[in-house]
Amino acid sequence: MSRIQARFDRLRAQGRKALIPFITAGDPEPGLTVPLLHEMVAAGADILELGVPFSDPMADGPVIQRASERALRHRTSLRQVLDMVAEFRRRDGETPIVLMGYLNPIERLGYGEFVSRAKAAGVDGVLTVDLPVEEARDALLPSLYEAGIDPIFLLAPTSPPRRIEQADAAGRGYLYYVSLKGVTGAGHLDLEDVARKVAAIKALAKLPVGVGFGVKDAATAARMARLADAVVVGSALVAKVEENLEAPARIGPEITALLVAMRRAMDAEVAPA
Amino acid sequence: MATAPEHLHTYRMPDERGHFGPYGGIFVAETLMYPLEELKAAYETYLKDPDFLAELDRDLSDYVGRPSPLYYAERWSRELGGAQIYLKREDLNHTGAHKVNNTIGQALLARRMGKRRVIAETGAGQHGVATATVAARLGLECVVYMGEVDVERQKLNVYRMSLLGAEVRPVSSGSRTLKDALNEALRDWVTNVDDTFYIIGTVAGPHPYPAMVRDFQAVIGREAKRQILEKAGRLPDALVACVGGGSNAIGLFYPFIEDDGVALYGVEAAGLGLETGRHSAPLCAGRPGVLHGNRTYLMEDDDGQIIETHSISAGLDYPGVGPEHAWLKDSGRATYVSVTDDEALEAFHSLTRIEGIMPALESSHALAYAMKLAPQMDKEQIMIVNVSGRGDKDIHTVAEREGLKL
Ligand SMILES: Cc1ncc(COP(=O)(O)O)c(C=O)c1O
Repeated sequence: MSRIQARFDRLRAQGRKALIPFITAGDPEPGLTVPLLHEMVAAGADILELGVPFSDPMADGPVIQRASERALRHRTSLRQVLDMVAEFRRRDGETPIVLMGYLNPIERLGYGEFVSRAKAAGVDGVLTVDLPVEEARDALLPSLYEAGIDPIFLLAPTSPPRRIEQADAAGRGYLYYVSLKGVTGAGHLDLEDVARKVAAIKALAKLPVGVGFGVKDAATAARMARLADAVVVGSALVAKVEENLEAPARIGPEITALLVAMRRAMDAEVAPA
Repeated sequence: MATAPEHLHTYRMPDERGHFGPYGGIFVAETLMYPLEELKAAYETYLKDPDFLAELDRDLSDYVGRPSPLYYAERWSRELGGAQIYLKREDLNHTGAHKVNNTIGQALLARRMGKRRVIAETGAGQHGVATATVAARLGLECVVYMGEVDVERQKLNVYRMSLLGAEVRPVSSGSRTLKDALNEALRDWVTNVDDTFYIIGTVAGPHPYPAMVRDFQAVIGREAKRQILEKAGRLPDALVACVGGGSNAIGLFYPFIEDDGVALYGVEAAGLGLETGRHSAPLCAGRPGVLHGNRTYLMEDDDGQIIETHSISAGLDYPGVGPEHAWLKDSGRATYVSVTDDEALEAFHSLTRIEGIMPALESSHALAYAMKLAPQMDKEQIMIVNVSGRGDKDIHTVAEREGLKL
């Protein structure tokens, strides 16, 4: 069983929902990434999403775009990100890590090479934003399955039932529902809409469903936890990095504070009465 | 001259999912998958719809001024001392370039699909102007994304767009040029998919854009074929066109792909020289990868990050190229070459002085290659060069090169 599935099974048994923080690897500089990952686990993260910086992050809003640019100023490459995962694994053999990024750096490294390095480093899932199921089938999917790495697929407000079923069949680990029409960090979340769509997805899918894009605070995280199996928070954390570029020592504590608040609110919201 | 491999005799590309061999396809975030399906369905319906096609034809003739002439450049041919050169005069279209053939088509499609807002990316500003123009005419709201660097170097076109009622949004991310404008337009589209139609300006992007834009631009090649048969009584030996994203080139090439005797030459921007790394020639010096929704040749570094490009012409300053060109290159049907900034400038002056036609700097790349190729051909042979646009927008750049301030 994959580490991701094991984690969801355990949470379900506890009656809790997964908290999944996202940060961009190499932001604000490569040396801080692994310590931040450990701090996020200590703050209550269940699964970690680690962004692989790309020069052309088409699906990201300004906050994560700038994070990518900062990381690339240090030339943070996919190889380096894999080294970071390996380093993290030396102290943490349990918390699942999902790489999130765009296809071209993987193409460049080569699918076979990428998958075997990711496996060796201890990567559990791969979410490639610009690789829909149709294109993944021909190339990346078979090698990910073979290596036991979970391909994570996105679903959107525009996804018809046919695409939901397709992602559920091809995906492993969990499905990631993008809660709004827009880029990461956008601010126009409509909770009723999300509730309706997540219910529709859960009726069709057997995989756990995470919700992300636009989760900025503990209150929103709690409401999402009621609807879905996991809550993903990205831009709100990356914003903490950006706010403290002059004082990097504050990044860890601020990210911890936000995650602890989200964790508490989520657990309180879904706690068995 | 090149001969088409057997499988090109019934050239039917792309396949159902937008693949040209290993190239093309649909590589976008999930939110755009359904809108792209809708677009594909609309495009497939309307490109067979007599009503739509009649409307398109009427606009191309009465609004754009088509057919554009095929002009026999007699003096220039004699001067170069080889092939007889004919110029396809896309520079004479309304708004001054081939771009409008495509924006008219996509804007009519947008209206049929009930979209009230159109967006576009632009580099040189030609596609932005062509989009703003048709949006004005159809009463559609129009937003054009343009890199900050390009806003600065193409001020005239920025003002033209605002006169036409479009909003130009400068893009400050990444390298602040065309590729970043494309990213930003995609982000806008993801956010406003319900009422917005994204008018892509070249044969790039996810399926169905490369095929759809080609089909709208293929009017260039269809006319050229008819015109050369009328004027010379036979097909040409060579076609030459510049390649940025590749829309004017594929527009000229496409109707000739199955004509074995016609050699196809696509000309990329070698900028300061391929060896300097400061160029925009992914087919000549790049590698296959995935960007902006399709797999194609790209300019990238060893980590798969897209690198900055350079060309004297903003319209060629793009790190990717349409996937059909990637396929035509690999299959050997078309040949891709490059010319430098300096060579393009020389061609600009040569055509201006000898024929009284001032070409766009993009088109000057095609002309510069024609200047190399023509003398190697016989006097009985025929070459068609696509003059994709007029040079008015570039005179400041040319003057600056000569050390003049206008
Ligand atoms: C006059 C002209 N020619 C050529 C191009 C390059 O585009 P494409 O390769 O799609 O024809 C441009 C782009 O702005 C242009 O303005």
